[in-house]
Amino acid sequence: MSLQTRHIPDRLDKPLTSLLLSWEVLLLVVAVSVFIFNSFASPHFLDVWTLSDMTFNFTEKALLALPMALLIIAGEIDLSVAAIIAISSTLMGFAAQFGFQTPTLIFIGLAVGLACGAFNGALVTGLGLPSIVVTIGTLSLFRGLAFIILGDQVYKNYPTHFDYFGQGYVIWVISFELVLFLLMALAFGFLLHFTTFGRKLYFIGRNPVSTQFSGVNVKRIKFILFCLTGVMSGLVSIALTSRLGSTRPSIAQGYELEAITMVVLGGVAISGGAGTIPGVVLAALIMGLVTFGFGLLNVPGIVMSIFVGFLLIGVIALPLLWKRFLWVFKK
Amino acid sequence: MIARLFKSREMLLALAIAILIAGVATRSAEFATPRNLTQAFNDSSILIILALAQMSVILTRSIDLSTAANLCFTGMAVAMLNKFYPELPMIIIILVALLWGLALGAFNGILVWKIGIPPIVVTLGTLTIYRGLTFVMSGGAWVNADKMSPAFIELQRQLILGIPVLSWIAILVIVVFAIFMRATKQGRNIYAVGVNPIAAVYVGINVGRTKFVAFCISGLFSGLAGYLWVSRYVIASVEVANGYELNVIASCVIGGISIAGGVGSVGGAVLGALFLSLIGLALPVINVSPFWQMAISGAAILIAIILNARSDKQKGRLILKKAQNP
Repeated sequence: MSLQTRHIPDRLDKPLTSLLLSWEVLLLVVAVSVFIFNSFASPHFLDVWTLSDMTFNFTEKALLALPMALLIIAGEIDLSVAAIIAISSTLMGFAAQFGFQTPTLIFIGLAVGLACGAFNGALVTGLGLPSIVVTIGTLSLFRGLAFIILGDQVYKNYPTHFDYFGQGYVIWVISFELVLFLLMALAFGFLLHFTTFGRKLYFIGRNPVSTQFSGVNVKRIKFILFCLTGVMSGLVSIALTSRLGSTRPSIAQGYELEAITMVVLGGVAISGGAGTIPGVVLAALIMGLVTFGFGLLNVPGIVMSIFVGFLLIGVIALPLLWKRFLWVFKK
Repeated sequence: MIARLFKSREMLLALAIAILIAGVATRSAEFATPRNLTQAFNDSSILIILALAQMSVILTRSIDLSTAANLCFTGMAVAMLNKFYPELPMIIIILVALLWGLALGAFNGILVWKIGIPPIVVTLGTLTIYRGLTFVMSGGAWVNADKMSPAFIELQRQLILGIPVLSWIAILVIVVFAIFMRATKQGRNIYAVGVNPIAAVYVGINVGRTKFVAFCISGLFSGLAGYLWVSRYVIASVEVANGYELNVIASCVIGGISIAGGVGSVGGAVLGALFLSLIGLALPVINVSPFWQMAISGAAILIAIILNARSDKQKGRLILKKAQNP
């Protein structure tokens, strides 16, 4: 019968070419070329301390991009991450004024992050509201609370050992922030690619209704993701506050957009259901390298943002145009 | 009929605004005088125009995050034009503002329509691009009051029937939108695309083109708002209206425009914008620090979407009554 003769390949055709054309490899090529370009652009670029300083350009935002990638893969988004940093940094500063020591401050930073994330998660999953509007609302609410507490003031008196998280080095030129980022990238990579929890995120992003009917508690998983994003924002808040040594209510303004840019640049589909952690890590590296390279060439930060904007649109547009080109060609 | 009227979003908002005004008036009777209220409307005019522009985009299930960046870029363009050619008539300045904004909006729209990039990604990108281009164009310099011609600054402050031109422009925009959304084919298409894009295709509506038109409308009015903003606050800089896109989207959400598309009215958007800016104006009157404004508007957004969700909740619908009740 004709049905039995149907050929089912035991593997997808041409694994090597598909690997070479994969998003991550493309990003790697871009990263390496930016790196080479930078080393020609300035003789100081290849100094180990220069490279070490370069990592501070992206580690904090990349730490936000990791949980954001998971959220976007599962079909949600969190625009309030930078506002969570502001409120938890403000409350840490508030506690520091009363002489609380570093361990208490860390606890406060993480706990406030978790509470804010849980609040987002409860509104999105409990009441079934769209996450983009909820987090626009909580963005305003959380940063607004920071403004109410702090106004035009600034918190500066942090305990002496608190500066380690943003300014300390683990060994030689390897900063604490870089180690933290690498460990978190490994942890998130493991969570997304090697656990059932991670697989479920892709299913939820593709089709939440059928995933629900397959016996997955979609709401609980989404709630956990929002909590995770909140805790990570608290963690970034600790690192950033420690690096700056002060808190103003406008701290980390605009970080949410940069984190989302990293996620999308990393090949995560904004509509959910696709994306990898290695892609996001490479995208973070590219953004850090590009920002730093322009800095070496004395290009102002805002001009770099034009480049980042075109990069964001370009990386989404090129595959779509390429697909259309192939389609026309085949016809 | 009356019960239905009171359940509508516009009525609820109008009630909330009335209570807000009455509440503030108990602390300071000055606040509720007609003179102060026309002044308050004038202060809300730019937000109203931007909220209506944003509404046309949100109705098609899209979002325009670049509206404040467009305002900033267009504002700088007309301010520099005025600085270098102070003798240009105002009509040219306004035309340039409209066309400049339209071009920026069309760029967003073409990327959404012809390449099929999600609107949130496109406008996230153009947000940084437009603000960056403002910097490149101006070299980071400001255009101050002393560089602008008197006509450029004074046009919107002139009184017609005791009301400033800025308010008249806002009223004109509201009327145009009310007619466009209700009585033109293109306006109805925008709703149809948002309610059900697949059904819209089957009845012969070009979904991509309708989204393109919505982005053009958003750009056009953001450009107009760019001129109005710069001449009102008499400064053009790269920092103008930084983060203002969130206030604009908040006005729409408070006004009952569903982020899922297809639901919302011109009246809702106008009242949402009025409500948000009235809160900002009321705070200093009742001796609350202006630092409270951000948190209050955040809380207002959350309350509004919770109310939206409750009113949108569909009770199970019977499609074939006869079949189910034989």
